[in-house]
This record gives sequence, structure tokens and C-alpha cells, in this order.
Amino acid sequence: MGNQHEILHAPHQELEAIQLEGLKKTVVNVYEKIPFYKESFDAAGFDPYAVETLDDLKKAPFVTKQDLRDAYPYGMLAVPLKDVKEIHMSSGTTGVATVGAYTDHDLKIWGDCFARGVEYGGGTEDDVMHVCYGYGLFTGGLGAHYGGLAAGCTTIPMSAGNTERQIRVLRTMGSSIICCTPSYAMHIADTAIEMGIDPKKEFNLKFGIHGAEPFSDNFRKDLEEKLGYKVLDVYGLTETMGPGVAIECAEQNGLHLAEDHFIAEIIDPVTGENLPDGEWGELVLTTVDREASPVVRYRTRDITRILPGQCACGRTHKRIDRLHGRTDDMLIIRGVNVFPSQIEDVMKTFPDVSSWYVIELTRKDNLDVVTLKAELNPDFDFDQISAIEKLQKDMQIAMKNALSVSIKVKLVEPKTVARSEGKAKRVIDLREGIK
Amino acid sequence: MIQQITVFLENKEGRLSAMCQVLADANIDMKALTIAETTDYGLIRIVADKPQEALEALKAADYRAICTDVLAVSLADKPGTLAALLAFLDSMDVNIEYGYCFSHDNVAIDVLKVKDPAATAVKLAAAGFTTIKQADLA
Repeated sequence: MGNQHEILHAPHQELEAIQLEGLKKTVVNVYEKIPFYKESFDAAGFDPYAVETLDDLKKAPFVTKQDLRDAYPYGMLAVPLKDVKEIHMSSGTTGVATVGAYTDHDLKIWGDCFARGVEYGGGTEDDVMHVCYGYGLFTGGLGAHYGGLAAGCTTIPMSAGNTERQIRVLRTMGSSIICCTPSYAMHIADTAIEMGIDPKKEFNLKFGIHGAEPFSDNFRKDLEEKLGYKVLDVYGLTETMGPGVAIECAEQNGLHLAEDHFIAEIIDPVTGENLPDGEWGELVLTTVDREASPVVRYRTRDITRILPGQCACGRTHKRIDRLHGRTDDMLIIRGVNVFPSQIEDVMKTFPDVSSWYVIELTRKDNLDVVTLKAELNPDFDFDQISAIEKLQKDMQIAMKNALSVSIKVKLVEPKTVARSEGKAKRVIDLREGIK
Repeated sequence: MIQQITVFLENKEGRLSAMCQVLADANIDMKALTIAETTDYGLIRIVADKPQEALEALKAADYRAICTDVLAVSLADKPGTLAALLAFLDSMDVNIEYGYCFSHDNVAIDVLKVKDPAATAVKLAAAGFTTIKQADLA
């Protein structure tokens, strides 16, 4: 696995020196190569050539998801397209995806970052890694895959779906590491148990690296119990790389940031002021050595805190706490990012329903179920059930096309959706094990 | 031809009762009520003495209610009369979307939803069937 052991135990000053050197290069590079940063740095009076300390980063303006969307497709590239070897896109509506681009170097550090999860779990090149995140534009599948290769594991690119085959392969190949969303891991465990297979005995799993979705401590305990292994949380986002920005070690007490590749800040999401270690706020990330898609002060909208003190595992990289939600209303459904406003946009194309709606999130067989409750408009001719069924079906198809997520549409009586003062409560999260 | 009120109700405890109370408070006399139910919701179809008043009362109480013209035919309560009515409609190429029937005191009343109830009522009358008008229910 290369010599990551050394960098993971390097004195923190050494990491800071790497960060400072990378930061100086990154701010100048984005300023010179990406028109957006030239404009935003100039507008904020931030001089990229005057960065002397890591603290100077706090003077730089933020970049948001909307800025990245506005730059679609190639507006945030800091290298010529010929140097870009791979493209990923964040989940979401086709028109508003954000693009992550990778040079050979970027792919290498991505693999190295995810491979740390293998080391954290105690894995070696003797392990077989079963990857059942979805392969494709979603960074989960290939991110874990590159991590498996970088760690020297025998890597099986299962992708998601066909659960019975997953179970067959897990049993026969002796996979010892599994990478997928936590809910899919639970689904695999439950399906195996239903098939009369005890995964604790018949699988050979040692640990799993599970992310892309929030999960609670109880959910983790349940999963560990069923599969007889250890669950490690992984954090990442397409906008800065993909999974591997931070991964939990076996202490299960916070996720170690890959500090040699990312600078993390925690800010007050309202004022934008930096917060000290230990305080909850919004995570802001700056890439230290990304070539194709560098970001300076990217507002992740994820709520966490930097855990003060050193980890019992002895590694020096700082830890972020497990995520505590988001500053916006983004939902993560089966690993796909969905904003209620996207659902609203689809609803607006259906004049037979009113603009009152509520989104209910539940779990069935450990998979997320999204139910959109919408009210019929008074002039809709619903005299026949077929008319209502057609409306429901048409809405479901339109939602699936626009959001890449199946949403069950349920039509309800008027005024059943609570009218609230001010900001309407649009989302009711009834998922067990979340939050 | 008569006016039927159709109400959209969620398939939840107490909804039908609450809706009937609204009609009771508005002094509406229901002549027929039928429920087409699904897992999540039901459509309640009502024939009443004062359909417009019923509609307004329901809308004022925040129910989704609409008014639909349907055929109502009075038949003798004996074997074969409905079959004869349906055979006639079939011969006229009139498709029945839904319907409900009830008989009492030697009279059977059949309520039928067809595409063009006014025109069909004229054809039925010409063929000797007794159609019921809304005024007959007042």
C-alpha cells in the first residue's frame, strides 16, 4: 500500500508544511487558470500571491455548489482537457450536476485516500474487497475501486443491485472488505438472513467502508451484529474528490481527514466566521494538490466539527465528527442528492395538483422510500379512479426522469398538508436510524 | 339525467363520517351513496336532493368535491330488466364507465356513468325507458 503509514503518523507540523506549500500553489493556480476565482478573489480583495500562513486562507472568499454548477461543464478546470483522464458528476438533476475532473495524479491521490480506509480497518493486500457501490458517474463505485487497487487488495467491481448474486459472490469469493452504502449493506444482510444464510458465519467479512448516507450509531451496531464485522464511516464529495476525504479508523471515534490533501475549516454557516476546534459548524474544504478540479474554501453544507485532541490510534491527521445534517434542505436518498426544490419544479408542470406538498422519508427493507404527498386542485376532474391513477403515474415517471430516484406519489385531501407560518416544513424524515 | 357529487377522501378512519356530518348540517338528504376505494383513498359518489347545495357545503368544508352528470333509470324490480337496459345501451354503442343499482318497493334504480348522459337519456326515453331527472329527487 505504498508507504502511507509514514504520512499518517507524521508530526502535525509536517502536515501543516505540506498544506501551506500546497495552498500557496493552489490559490495562485486557480487565480491564473480559472476565471471564476480571478473574479471572486479580486472582488474580495484577496491577493493569492501574498499567502504566507495557513491562516491567510481565511481571507479568501468561499466557493459554493451553485458556483460550480454555473461553471458546468468545464468552467472550473485548471488543466487542459487533454490532461483530464476521468470525469465524475454529482448526483442530482441532469442540468445542474457539478463536475469532478481528475488527472492521473488526481486519480492516484483518490485511490491513496480511500486506501487509508483499508489500512484503518486492518486490511492488507491479502484481502478481497467487494465493491457494491454503484459504478458510474457516482464517485462511490470507482472511488472505492481505486482505493482497493491502491491498497493492493483483490478488488471485485460488483456495482450495486442483484442482491442474490452479491450474496453468492460474498460467500464464494471470501470477500473480507465490503464497500457500499450502509443501507445497502443492511439490505444484503437481511436478504441473506431471509435466504436462510447466516452472514456472520458464511461470509468472511472483517470490515466495511460505508458512506454516502448518514447512519446512526444504532444502525451501525445492528449492521455489525448481523454481518459480524466492523463498520467504518467514509466521507467525501464529488466537488472535492469523492469518498476518502475523511475515513473512520478502528477506534470509530471520528473520521481522519486526509490532511495532506485537504484543508478543513469549520465555519458558522450564517456569519461565515471560522469556529474553533470542537465547535459544530459547516465544513469548508480546500484542496491541497488537486490538479484538474481544485477548490478553495468550498462550502460543503455538511455540519460537523473538528474533534480536538489526538486519536487513540496514534495517527496524527485530525478527525471530523460524524455528520450532523446539512445547512440546506438537501436529502440523500439511496445515495442520490435530492433538493425539495427539484421536486417542486416537477410538480409545477402538473396543473392538477396544488403547490402544497410534503415529502415523507421512510425505510422499507432498509431501503429509502420517498413518498410525495400532494393535494388535488379543485378543478381537477377526478370522477374516475383511472384519472387519479394516471395523474399519480405520470407524476412518478416525471419525478424519476428528473431526479433519478423513484418517488411514490400519494394524492391527499386539501389542507392535509400542514400550512405553516414562514418556511414550510416540506420534509418529514421518518427513517429509522437516521439522526 | 341527475347530478352526482363525487368526493375525494383519504382512506382514513373517520373521514366518511365527518363528510356525512357536513351534509347533515347542510340539511342534505342523500338518496344514494357508494364508495370506490383504493388502498390510499376512496371516491365517494353521492346522489342527493340538492346537489348544488351539497357541493357548496362540501367545498366550504375543504373537501375536494365535484359534480358529474349521470344517467338514472327506473326499472321494474324483476329478473332481466337490467340486462335489457344494458343490451339496449350496448346496441347504441354507449359505454358504461361505472354504475350502481338499488331496488326497493318493486322499483330498481340504476345509476350509470356514460360519456354523454344527456344524449343517452333522450335515446332511452325514446325507447320507452323511464329516466329520472334531478327534479324527481327533490
